[in-house]
Amino acid sequence: MISKRIVLKFPHRLVEQPIIYNLVKKYNLEFSILKASVTPREEGLLVLGLKGRDRDFQKGVEYLTKMGVHVQPLSQDVIRNESKCTHCGVCVTICPAGALVLDPATREVKFLSDKCIACELCVPACPPRAMEVHF
Amino acid sequence: MAKSVSEINEKIKKGKAVVLTAEEMITYVKTNGTKKAAQEVDVVTTGTFGPMCSSGMIINIGHAKPRIKLSGTAYLNEVAAYCGLAAADIFLGCTSLPDDDPRNRVHPGRFLYGGGHVIQEFVAGRDIKLSATAYGTDCYPRKKLEGWINIKDVNEAVLFNPRNAYQNYNVAVNSSNKTIYTYFGMLKPKFGNAHFCSAGQLSPLLNDPVYRTIGIGTRIFLGGGIGYVAWPGTQHNPTAVRKPNNVPASGAGTLAVIGDLKQMGPKWLVGVSLQGYGVSLSVGIGVPIPILDEEMARYTAVEDKEIYAPVIDYSEAYPLMKPESVAEVSYAELKSGTIRIRGKKVPTASLSSYPRAMEIAGILKEWIQKKRFYLTEPVSSIPGPESGMKFKPLKIKTIQ
Repeated sequence: MISKRIVLKFPHRLVEQPIIYNLVKKYNLEFSILKASVTPREEGLLVLGLKGRDRDFQKGVEYLTKMGVHVQPLSQDVIRNESKCTHCGVCVTICPAGALVLDPATREVKFLSDKCIACELCVPACPPRAMEVHF
Repeated sequence: MAKSVSEINEKIKKGKAVVLTAEEMITYVKTNGTKKAAQEVDVVTTGTFGPMCSSGMIINIGHAKPRIKLSGTAYLNEVAAYCGLAAADIFLGCTSLPDDDPRNRVHPGRFLYGGGHVIQEFVAGRDIKLSATAYGTDCYPRKKLEGWINIKDVNEAVLFNPRNAYQNYNVAVNSSNKTIYTYFGMLKPKFGNAHFCSAGQLSPLLNDPVYRTIGIGTRIFLGGGIGYVAWPGTQHNPTAVRKPNNVPASGAGTLAVIGDLKQMGPKWLVGVSLQGYGVSLSVGIGVPIPILDEEMARYTAVEDKEIYAPVIDYSEAYPLMKPESVAEVSYAELKSGTIRIRGKKVPTASLSSYPRAMEIAGILKEWIQKKRFYLTEPVSSIPGPESGMKFKPLKIKTIQ
């Protein structure tokens, strides 16, 4: 089994295609939608949690890529600007996913990007604005 | 056997001074006791790094040709700065905003740029856009000035913070049904989180609770350079209720600090945006404490579990000036990640960076060990508990 968070970007022509339906139907993948939006030029953005057998996951991603969907892991899109973070830790009660946690020994903030659900609550809550979203 | 500051400086000069951070002092005293600590340890270094709104810089830009007498407001990167001083002097407060910032018109405002950010960029050596107008006089005929200025070119750049290094502080919670946005950050409804802001056991004034060694003229680490305690800070409140260890259980003492901004660095003066509240400046401060005797050894060994702070409701008691606290908790509890309020487990977070505070205490220790920094005796004390000095609410008479 594999469980991953990915960011999908759809070109205009795919916006109305039943792509997620196919992921479930053909590749037997479980999905949860973390974020979905369509920009003014109708480019679709979808942040998905995908769960399924390794082989199905690989084939599903292959299918998406072949259809023309741009796929990349969520961890490349939500990042912490290390030069700005002061490790104050005020974000830890704001993050609902447990992706920002304090190391009890050093009291530094750890960003566990695999837990991030891209809710973006940390972005305005961070005083030096160290959390960046690059969708 | 008591030691004097000059004896300690003599040891620093010979490279023989024993310097510990306030964290190391805790362990040292636990193992060796206060008596031995007073004999063996010469200096304990402290540190704190957090948003301190009462901060700002004074710059003298030099005289233009022809001359201009700045008046009223000048703008530094569009942020309003005060020019009610002499012709070429400007004061920029860290909470100042550009005139066109939307503030809280759409709540909560973002406050992405303000005085704190200008100070950080200026200290980092970036060019800052100055624009100013004046009414013109016979001796200062020019009426308009616009251009880029740089910290290396101005005559003086001084950081002057009227209130920094709060001895202790509130813990903020929200008892209401809606999310609120405060200088303590986003507070979730129904005690959803509790935010605090102190370095606790590492914090300067918590290690010298009745201001025996920290006074006017004390040389300190300020913003990455060397600064001085200028005065007791505004709202200095030495008569706050104290525990038997003399540590106040709420805000209490503050320091006004001053230093040469040209020596400082952008890692230790960080512009911050507090959603729905405004802009501020996170300031790094470290104060060395001479271990004159056993009492100072005991004071500097203070631990988070012995330092208490009041939990205040920022949805009602704080804004309405009601003197109520919801609970009292120790910094050890706060740093455990959760506190208990009315039977509910409430997650905690800090606005003050403990890792940066540790770094400051470490740097100050290194400066002293490398003979780059000597201790000072206060020129004059700051008022202690015996002074009777009290922090007052506003007294104002109605205009008839």
